[in-house]
Amino acid sequence: MEPMFTGSYHVAKADYSSAGRASADIKRQLKQIGVGGDVLRRVAVASYEVELNLVIHSLGGELTLNVYPDLVQLISSDVGPGIPDLTMAMKEGYSTANEEARSLGFGAGMGLPNMKRNADDFDIKSTVGVGTTITMGFHLT
Amino acid sequence: MVTALNAKVLVGGDKLDTPVYTACCSDLMSDVLAFVDEKTVLITGLTNPHVVRTSEMLDLKCIVFARGKVPTEDILESADEQGLVVIATKLTAFSTCGILYEMGMRGVPVPVQWDQEDK
Repeated sequence: MEPMFTGSYHVAKADYSSAGRASADIKRQLKQIGVGGDVLRRVAVASYEVELNLVIHSLGGELTLNVYPDLVQLISSDVGPGIPDLTMAMKEGYSTANEEARSLGFGAGMGLPNMKRNADDFDIKSTVGVGTTITMGFHLT
Repeated sequence: MVTALNAKVLVGGDKLDTPVYTACCSDLMSDVLAFVDEKTVLITGLTNPHVVRTSEMLDLKCIVFARGKVPTEDILESADEQGLVVIATKLTAFSTCGILYEMGMRGVPVPVQWDQEDK
């Protein structure tokens, strides 16, 4: 099925000052469409976490928003470097973030677990040397 | 809050009558994003733009900058656009929390389950 609304955002590697702009726009767009309350906040948090992950860990990527009548879907797709150990990456407190990310208050190893907690559906696929794709679904009904 | 913390109102002076009942105190935005699930007050000593962005994502109502920290003008402008109340106090985060707790504010529930914990 074709989404009712779609948006795509490029997220650059290490662009700490802009990090969060895509998520702020996603939140605004969803609000305009009429998505609110608990779902809106969960999408916003997961989107911000995944956007920060793109900035902190990836070589750059795309964040895509698809809105269907009963589902908000967020897809993060990057061009590398890929996650060598997904089991460790999903553990709360495990982080490979650098000093810059930590100095901004991130890199506590809460990102991926927090996305999983906030999304109704969560799927992550990663290949070292190729990239990581995270697909999250948030049910509207 | 402003009187009790001897605080300076930086942004949102017209919204000081908004009721708030819960607070969290952290310089780790990762934890704030993970744990805070209510409209609440954030007490922090971190003054980068991500404090305001984190607050925006969570629909927080108020930020208290502790230890005399004051963020830059552009960060305050962005907080103003979000409709946030931002105040600054010279008190430490610890003292700020103590005073707000005495006033009846409470922490937010933390959804953590320890591995060995009895259910």
